[in-house]
Amino acid sequence: MKAPRRAHPRERSSSGLDVARIRKDFPILERTIRGKPLVYINNAATTQKPRAVIDAVSRYYAHYNSNVHRGLDELTEQATEAFETARAKAQSFIGAADEREVVFVRGTTEAINLVAQSFVRPRMREGDEILITEMEHHSNIVPWQLVCEQTGARLRVLPFDERGELVLEQLDQLLTPRTRFLALAHVSNALGTVNPVGQIVDAARAAGVPVLVDGAQAAPHLRVDVRELGCDFYAFSGHKTYGPTGIGVLYGRAELLDAMPPYHGGGEMIRSVTFERTTYHDIPYKFEAGTPNTAGAIGLGAAIDYLAGIDAAALQAHEEEVLAYATEKVSEVPGVRVTGTAKEKVSIVSFVMEGVHAHDVGTILDREGVAARAGHHCAQPVMQHFGVPATTRASFGLYNTRQEVDRLIEGLHRVHEIFG
Amino acid sequence: MSDLRDLYQELILDHTKRPRNFGQLATANRKAEGFNPLCGDRVTVHLELDGDTVREIHFEGSGCAISTASASLMTEAIKGLRVEDARALFEQVHKLVTGASGPNGGGPSLGKLVVLAGVRDYPIRVKCASLPWHTLCAALSGGDETVTTE
Repeated sequence: MKAPRRAHPRERSSSGLDVARIRKDFPILERTIRGKPLVYINNAATTQKPRAVIDAVSRYYAHYNSNVHRGLDELTEQATEAFETARAKAQSFIGAADEREVVFVRGTTEAINLVAQSFVRPRMREGDEILITEMEHHSNIVPWQLVCEQTGARLRVLPFDERGELVLEQLDQLLTPRTRFLALAHVSNALGTVNPVGQIVDAARAAGVPVLVDGAQAAPHLRVDVRELGCDFYAFSGHKTYGPTGIGVLYGRAELLDAMPPYHGGGEMIRSVTFERTTYHDIPYKFEAGTPNTAGAIGLGAAIDYLAGIDAAALQAHEEEVLAYATEKVSEVPGVRVTGTAKEKVSIVSFVMEGVHAHDVGTILDREGVAARAGHHCAQPVMQHFGVPATTRASFGLYNTRQEVDRLIEGLHRVHEIFG
Repeated sequence: MSDLRDLYQELILDHTKRPRNFGQLATANRKAEGFNPLCGDRVTVHLELDGDTVREIHFEGSGCAISTASASLMTEAIKGLRVEDARALFEQVHKLVTGASGPNGGGPSLGKLVVLAGVRDYPIRVKCASLPWHTLCAALSGGDETVTTE
């Protein structure tokens, strides 16, 4: 990713994507921060929402708010229809074979915890192993540590190298006869690395090990096809995919979901309840106890529609162009070291500035109207790998431009001015 | 630019680049650790208490410019104070950085520490400035637990 992909990055975007038009779809991009136009490059934390999503959510509340699957009235019918249509959109977004394989959850974190407790925990015996990677977000570490504490299982970790690429040579050796489960990120939130998930899933399946893929950072940038990947579970969050907060998707292969016990008990997830015996609803409802985040699901459906309306090839070319330009320009700033230089990357340039703490960089960028992230990015093991307490992370979305990268660079020069 | 300079004043930058009383303290008889889980800043305060007086004070750790400068300035201000006066100073600094002591800071007794007042306009950074001081309080109390900002 070091070399710019285009000889003249200042020339007009050749991706064919009409970024100016896209930017008009996002109301928040019109606002200023301390008198300067907002440069929002914290998309790995959460993305901004297009008007289509905001309108879908508000239309739901204004016109057909009701409790899905519970009633015979017109409002309930409309709400249920919209909710289930959103499920179908999510299904096609990730290439799942069946709508029943799409479980609505609060987000990726809840999806991983659900799989950890309902699928993995009952299968674990003392001394069994769960394999993850060194570049996981805390939400793909801690749920597995909980299972280990509960069952006496061991957590094993596939390392990454100095570029931020997984050391695949160690995979075979880490997939032992005791390995019962593998969980890994599709895209690293701290490094931007796109992992060779298909290849890793093949190795795991050959060893009889089921796989969960954390797709939180992949869903907004890559075309996801769970059947092509061959994974058993896939999770992503609505709010990182231009949709609302509090909604996400767990994909699970139907026969696995069918065999799993419920995660939460309550309304909606049952077929019949007596004090002697309760029978559970079919999938996916078995895992959707309580009134769901209907507005969130509808908003997510609108986000998926929005993305579907954009030429995928042009979008990818645009995102690659902005990332290449940002990588080049950030690397040129004196004293900057980019952490994470994998060959296959999306969206993220994470870096440290010599002698300046990331939080000071973050504060100065903020005063320049540039919203980036400074911190450990909920991936402390990644920080430990590079021997730094924190990094500054610029993460780009479909609306970001090279001009915004220039604003970031101006901000970094301001950091130098102040810290000398 | 002016408002950033209110935060990153020369005195702050000087103490960040050349922290005073940095490192372990052989004569220490009190120690406490502070941690800000939000940003990973860590500070350890070492004290040599002689009866009721802070004879010597050192700190070590890694953090941003604000927390490092705050810790460095703190060691200069605390050295030689009686425990009671050190606690009183903590209270004053706390009011200063949270803006509770009014626009002019905490008055003449704060001395150089008034440079920390710039933090009040950066609510997210208040904890950076106050972490070393909370850690100092823990060391004065003789507690062994790690202090966190959360």
